[in-house]
Amino acid sequence: MHIAEGYLPPVQAAAWFAVSAPFVVHGSRALVRQVRQDPETKLLLGAAGAFTFVLSALKIPSVTGSCSHPTGTGLGAVLFRPPVMSVLGGIVLLFQAVLLAHGGLSTLGANVFSMAVVGPWVAYGLYALIRRAGGGLDVAVFAAAALGDLATYCVTSAQLALAFPDPSTGFAGALAKFGGIFAVTQLPLAVSEGLLSVLVIRLLTRTSGDDLRRLGVLSRPTDEVRA
Amino acid sequence: MKRFSRVNVLLLLAVLALAVTPLALGLGAGKEPFAGSDALAEQAIVDDHPDYEPWFAPIYEPPSGEVESALFALQAALGAGFLGYYFGVARTRQRQRDAAAEQPRE
Repeated sequence: MHIAEGYLPPVQAAAWFAVSAPFVVHGSRALVRQVRQDPETKLLLGAAGAFTFVLSALKIPSVTGSCSHPTGTGLGAVLFRPPVMSVLGGIVLLFQAVLLAHGGLSTLGANVFSMAVVGPWVAYGLYALIRRAGGGLDVAVFAAAALGDLATYCVTSAQLALAFPDPSTGFAGALAKFGGIFAVTQLPLAVSEGLLSVLVIRLLTRTSGDDLRRLGVLSRPTDEVRA
Repeated sequence: MKRFSRVNVLLLLAVLALAVTPLALGLGAGKEPFAGSDALAEQAIVDDHPDYEPWFAPIYEPPSGEVESALFALQAALGAGFLGYYFGVARTRQRQRDAAAEQPRE
């Protein structure tokens, strides 16, 4: 669930565009380079985008009595690095803003920053950390996808708190309020996204071992046996 | 069922349980149970900042909830369709590679 159309003051909306733009530009270059260097992974790239497409269309009920949807950007960040996901996530957000009145064009910069920049980077950072510490592929992918998802909505809450501080308690009060709406709702959904990402990576180790090896995802002999 | 498939089914069941439990427990409350969190955030902003006017309106809005749900379903179907296609292609390729590896060389 993203910041709705028109619900950020113009100056802040513009500022988030300015923050996100370099990530998307850099990401577009990374995407072109990826396709040129390794055309074989084009199909897998499409699959990573499709995963984000499906997950962000699924509005799932949560323990807070409201609904939200996962983002699906963590898996792609693990496979193709975060810059590529800045582009794919941005495309999904644009689609939803233009056709579904979900999110918005004026808030696209802010939403790209939370879902297509911070989410993928948190996911990839955690993944790299866990792998370097000797963690298994499934554990690393689960943590990456779940916490990348959660991080996205923590950023959304902070962005709204910044724009609409509580009249009496200020930024902190507003952060707690929007956090209650977005981040708490997202907890079970983040777990779901983690589980679904693990499912997809398990299937991928079966069908696309060569691609994963070239991308550096399957780097140890134990990864293969596990699958 | 092999261990590989068993774990995959368990993963799917866990996701299903996570989604169904809040519904089964009837955790939805208020005027509209299980409303979208983005709508709730909008409401919170309007409540605390009654003077805030959204300064930009969506350029296209689905005319009804039905049309909107159709578009969301389309989005999910496109994504899921491509994923299915991908796994079909990848699996076939993998099989052909395995078969080629087994063939004794002349």
